[in-house]
Amino acid sequence: MQNAARLEQEAVNAPRPQLDLSGWGLRGTAIVYLLVMIALPVFVVFSSGLQAGLSGFWDNVSHPHAVSALRVTLVTAAIMTVINVVMGTLTAYVLVTYRFPGKNVLDALIDLPFAIPTLVTGIMLVLLYGPQTALAGFLQDRFDVRVLYARPGIVLALLFICYPFVIRAVQPVLVQLDERQPEAAYTLGASGWYTFRRIVFPAIRPAMLSGGMLGFARALGEFGAIVIVAGNIPLRTQTAPVYIYGKVEAGNMPAASAVSVVLLGVALIVTLGVDWMQRSRQHG
Amino acid sequence: MAEKRATHWTALVLIVLVVAYAGILLIAPITAIVQQAFVDGIQPMLDSITAPDAREALRLTAIIALATAAINTVMGILVAWVLVRYRFPGRCFIDGLVDLPFVMSPVIVGYVVIVLFGREGWFAGLSIAFTPRAMLLVTVFVSLPFVVREVMPVLRAMPPEQEEAAYTLGASRLLTFRRIILPTIRPAVIYGLVLTLARALGEFGAAAVAGGGVQGYTENATIYIFRSIHDRNDTGAYSMAILLGVISVAVLLSMNILKQVQSRRSQ
Repeated sequence: MQNAARLEQEAVNAPRPQLDLSGWGLRGTAIVYLLVMIALPVFVVFSSGLQAGLSGFWDNVSHPHAVSALRVTLVTAAIMTVINVVMGTLTAYVLVTYRFPGKNVLDALIDLPFAIPTLVTGIMLVLLYGPQTALAGFLQDRFDVRVLYARPGIVLALLFICYPFVIRAVQPVLVQLDERQPEAAYTLGASGWYTFRRIVFPAIRPAMLSGGMLGFARALGEFGAIVIVAGNIPLRTQTAPVYIYGKVEAGNMPAASAVSVVLLGVALIVTLGVDWMQRSRQHG
Repeated sequence: MAEKRATHWTALVLIVLVVAYAGILLIAPITAIVQQAFVDGIQPMLDSITAPDAREALRLTAIIALATAAINTVMGILVAWVLVRYRFPGRCFIDGLVDLPFVMSPVIVGYVVIVLFGREGWFAGLSIAFTPRAMLLVTVFVSLPFVVREVMPVLRAMPPEQEEAAYTLGASRLLTFRRIILPTIRPAVIYGLVLTLARALGEFGAAAVAGGGVQGYTENATIYIFRSIHDRNDTGAYSMAILLGVISVAVLLSMNILKQVQSRRSQ
């Protein structure tokens, strides 16, 4: 009893957080932390990239090697995104709709690319498609296709790394999709394809788009896997991050900064676009 | 949608297509690296992984990963709590900033460290560039969003009444956090922590640029692999890659087990 009375007294005496100073302290700490850790790096990229003025920036960006590196990055990321959206949606649809042996294994495998270091992904692809392997010889002789140290290798590496993006975006939407709608469509005589096109597709389209675009933004910056599989041949397989790496190592900061501005700018526009799309869907 | 047993031929075609795609894209490369482990036997691989330079690289990777996990867990919980519980001007902007490390190229992250702390950098006097501290800094940056993004939805779903009741009854902020908030967010924190660890163990581009990759000083496990490839030390490169791969898979498995335990608990 005595104890309880003492506790009560202590509680009454406890200072009421009128001004909530510690709340402001925590808030301030969190905001300053994010501004220093994240906003500052973005500011550094844009300010150092445009330090020499627009004409200096333009001179560095329009160098043939820089243009080619940016183009290789954008083209391989775009090809990857198209394949990823189609196959990722199909994988999510099959995983949600059908039962088949090995389904649990496949479901567990999907997140694997998030865990494996991308440099290790590159090594795996070298081991599989490397010059000495039987598979590389077969592809070269039969189809005249070179995977390693060529663009198909870059696309393959990006597909591996971005495999989970579309699947994990579309899967939950499909699970929540009202099953009565497609069933009603079947009952009314619609074909499977017609039902997919008119009922399932409109429901999952936003998830397909946002998953695909986030994968695209992620692919733009990829370095570890590409530096292993692409072979760093200027004008052919050199991507923008590999180009920036080379310029930083050589101490040519203006060239590195100019390409960084473009690369980060595109990634920012894409992610802001996805963010805006999701927000406007939530509110509209 | 309800699961259906695959009977129709289109269903079979779709399943075969999806499984074949996963087989070519994911399983074939993984099989290739597992097979590599058994080509020359385990002993040469063990030898190269236990060599002094490999051990040093692994030690640096482990230290940076653990430090990163500690920093990002504490700061991640704080940032998530502030973003969910408070309204302040610019909150949407700050919220949007959190995801940025996911789309910023690791090479650009390393480049920023050189611009800030390099020989002719804005803060050159701090001597951070080309040291393990620079590697820690970039690793914290690239894995910053994981804990924040795992904890935020849980905090948002948690009604503030419990917290307020605790304050009203005179509990301190720390006590409220320990007794009310932490038990609720613990699974999300652990999940974010595991993702942070996995990402930190495999960081390469940013750490290589910011740290300079000096052997025995700023060379982590991934940079060791990269150097081994250049030195034509294939055994070294492959065995370290296999080791990192195995650790990543172990991390993923523990994550899946965690998920199952959680869903069983909530049932």
